[in-house]
Amino acid sequence: MSLPETLFWCIPELMLALGAMALLIAGVYLGDKSARLISTLAIALLVGAMLVVAALNVTPGHDLFGGSFRVDAYSSFAKMLIFGAAALAILMSDKYLAGEQLGRFEYPVLIVLASLGMALMVSANDLLALYMGLETQNLALYILAAFNRDSRRSTEAGLKYFVLSALSSCLLLYGASLIYGFTGELQFDAIARVAAQGDNIGLVIGLVFLISGLAFKVSAAPFHMWTPDVYEGAPTPVTAFFAAAPKLAAMAMFVRAMVTPFSDILEEWRPILAILAVASMTVGAFSAIAQVNIKRLMAYSAIGHMGYALIGLTAGDPQGVASVLVYMTIYVVTTLGVFACILLMRRRGGMTEAIDDLAGLSRTNPGLGMIFTILLFSLAGVPPMAGFFAKLFVFQAAIAQDLVWLAIYGAIMSVVSAFYYLRIIWIIWFNEPAPAFEREVGSRLGVTAFVSASLMLISLPFLGLLLKSAQAAAASLF
Amino acid sequence: MNELVTESLAGQPWLSLLTFMPLVGALGIALRQMMARRGGDGAIVAAEQKEIDGVARRVALLFTLGAFALSLFIYIAYYDRTIGGYQLVEQAAWIGGGVSYKMGVDGISILFVLLTTFVMPICILASRSIEKRVPEYMIAFLMLETLILGFFCALDLIVFYLFFEGSLIPMFLIIGVWGSPGVKELGGIKMESRVYAAMKFFLYTFLGSVLMLIALIWMWRFAGTTDIPTLQQTAFPPGAQKWLWLAFFASFAVKMPMWPVHTWLPDAHVQAPTAGSVVLAAILLKMGGYGFLRFSLPMFPIASADFAPLIYALSIVAIIYTSLVALAQEDMKKLIAYSSVAHMGFVTMGIFTGTTQGIEGGLFQMLSHGFISSALFLCVGFLYDRTHTRAIAAYGGLVHRMPFYAFFFLFFTMGNVGLPGISGFVGEFLTMAGAFKINSWIAFFAAFGLILSAPYGLRLYRDVMYGPLTKEKLMAIADIDTREMAMLGVLFVCALIFGVYPQPALDVFAPSVDLLISHYDAALAGAFGAPQ
Repeated sequence: MSLPETLFWCIPELMLALGAMALLIAGVYLGDKSARLISTLAIALLVGAMLVVAALNVTPGHDLFGGSFRVDAYSSFAKMLIFGAAALAILMSDKYLAGEQLGRFEYPVLIVLASLGMALMVSANDLLALYMGLETQNLALYILAAFNRDSRRSTEAGLKYFVLSALSSCLLLYGASLIYGFTGELQFDAIARVAAQGDNIGLVIGLVFLISGLAFKVSAAPFHMWTPDVYEGAPTPVTAFFAAAPKLAAMAMFVRAMVTPFSDILEEWRPILAILAVASMTVGAFSAIAQVNIKRLMAYSAIGHMGYALIGLTAGDPQGVASVLVYMTIYVVTTLGVFACILLMRRRGGMTEAIDDLAGLSRTNPGLGMIFTILLFSLAGVPPMAGFFAKLFVFQAAIAQDLVWLAIYGAIMSVVSAFYYLRIIWIIWFNEPAPAFEREVGSRLGVTAFVSASLMLISLPFLGLLLKSAQAAAASLF
Repeated sequence: MNELVTESLAGQPWLSLLTFMPLVGALGIALRQMMARRGGDGAIVAAEQKEIDGVARRVALLFTLGAFALSLFIYIAYYDRTIGGYQLVEQAAWIGGGVSYKMGVDGISILFVLLTTFVMPICILASRSIEKRVPEYMIAFLMLETLILGFFCALDLIVFYLFFEGSLIPMFLIIGVWGSPGVKELGGIKMESRVYAAMKFFLYTFLGSVLMLIALIWMWRFAGTTDIPTLQQTAFPPGAQKWLWLAFFASFAVKMPMWPVHTWLPDAHVQAPTAGSVVLAAILLKMGGYGFLRFSLPMFPIASADFAPLIYALSIVAIIYTSLVALAQEDMKKLIAYSSVAHMGFVTMGIFTGTTQGIEGGLFQMLSHGFISSALFLCVGFLYDRTHTRAIAAYGGLVHRMPFYAFFFLFFTMGNVGLPGISGFVGEFLTMAGAFKINSWIAFFAAFGLILSAPYGLRLYRDVMYGPLTKEKLMAIADIDTREMAMLGVLFVCALIFGVYPQPALDVFAPSVDLLISHYDAALAGAFGAPQ
């Protein structure tokens, strides 16, 4: 493929890279008072990139840069969601950051750069490109986690995230070097050809390290330790961003890094992934019960949800991959809504994060109470909310691969985790009201939360469409 | 293969219209509440709230009555009582992969649809004493009606599951928000007992149904479709039937509830507001029996036959044990709740005999229990509204002050006991006749239930109504007013008519039951050789 042609398929990434630099320069010249303008421009940039991704016709898929990157329906599906979620995260941050004296122009620029890294991650089709994309994303995320640099909690979160993430990157690199050593290849399709030839114990050991590294990035148990601390310590809008786009990107990268090179040795890695899924669901279900801080609770909830998404990957077939995509899509929409609600937990004198502060919300602010309730029921997977269908499809994928036990385990864990979602709902509905939050009717956050909650119900007739596009995306991996 | 399914399509989407009609009312109330005038501090002005409450009550009553009228209209104008298969079927593409939005009714489900739309206006009327958060209350009930109607009309497994599980949400809120006060201590942690009851209700039922979800997905994979009529024609391998049956059993046994997974019911009943208890007893419990008839029997006939002894045993334990437990209760609602478990024991016993009498008896028992237990919960509710206690010991001698009430209460207590001439007798008699055909010992033990229901029923009546009127609080108690009498009167008429002349009800479901049984027998004959 000629260079202009290659660059043509990279337009969304180029837009983000060049745009981020331009915004940076503009920010330096204009200073922090331009934060709002830069935010708006960053949102426009991300939405523009999303539209370009949508406009590019990427079937049947294109190999770029000698097969290091691959642009196909799968990467486009993930990129659209990532850019959308990142844009929403910026949109949701404005007011909080201004209120906490954090309104600096670097914030939107960092999110754009992180999105660039994520776009590279989901297109990465060899081990080096994968690592490059991952680190591009991570560097931006470390800074974002510590963005409130005067707060001890925030700097601690950033540092913790940096150290543990670096450790996991080491595992990942070590795995990558083993795989390279035993196959002589970096590119996924080439590795697949070697893997298909049969017994290669070194490859399998490398694979285990690679999976460990990737599991850290999606915060699957037992590599989840960093998640609650980072979620709690980072400024809330940053947590909202962390919970949505990077999770999706990491999961999408995980799926491609498993399915493309190692489909033929599915039996080797399926047990590992099953263990990860089981551990994540268990940790997510039980550890969240005792939490009193809503952000920490959402961290454990995220761990549990990654476990469910991994059920789809454990299935390892096109149906399983499609179910992962559907799961992550619904999860991202729900999570953004939940964090919009959390960002609305504002009283005179600042933000609150204690679950007990939600007491009687359905009376002090019926609209917000209703929205929160719908989102929580969706996270719990109670029909008729969309969250139920997310679980339905991963269970279906598991059962289609005769992993009935995994589906049963997941179903039972969903009952355990229903307990803590119900506990929040009970605090919202059954308890005597705590002092009301400040009313913000029609604010960006309110609208985001409302749209997200409405989608949980309104999307029901259109689930067929979502499933179909996820299937088309998944098919491009096989 | 026996032709279980004759589907006739509907000209209009009548069932969807009926199902979603209450939801429209709920949205209307929500919209009115959202547009309320607010004072300076953002709170709704008291006078305005009062007006909205009134509107909510009227809208809820209007829509539930409208749904009742519509269901009657559909039944009279479009429902053909001579066919046993599914009617008024409507289908629309949905998720794909064999899942579609499909609704339809047969003789079994139309009965429950009518029962639901009939009971719902009574519930709304019985909620006069609810004073806090009226709009939300009415919204919850209207949503509940939509979900229940959808449940009974669904002809697709996924649609069915959606409505089945969805109905937990409004009921959870109804128990938790409008339940009665009181504190419960549990392992050192104090929590409000209505919250405890709501959580127990939700988690119990949820656990039962997720297992069914897995079974359901397995069936989807096996048959390639979630279309219920098709699945009823599908012969699942006997080994798999066993597991599928158990998974569905986990869900329906909890819902029914059968002994020993009935313990959520007394808690839920005691804590729920009157109308909540009525819905729970009259309709939600029937979901279990309906599920057995719609899924377990036709889809897993071999497993059903294999597990029938288990069901008989559990049913008999339920009938005898919970009757004895009811005898010891100090709380009126708890007593009626336990007697419900006993009565549902007759239903499960009848259904799994696989005989015409047994199944028709089970269906009739569910219908009649819908009238009688609703009425009893209403009776208790009326007393509670006046004195705010449900303890039997707090009453005595009411007959002197409340003659009309005494009449109705006696009638429904006798109905609960199974006095011939009232609808309760017919169902119990038929299920026992069905059981007798299978094994006379089952009928023998079940008959104890008839005997044991008399002591607790009569004791309740004696302690509450007779004796001297000595309690200070009861001296000025007023008899039931016109509204209350109207509610009890309607149920009285139904229980009496069906008790004296049950044939019209039996005629409605007979064709469908015949179809079900011939299919069931054919499947067993295929598996075990010719039937005896």
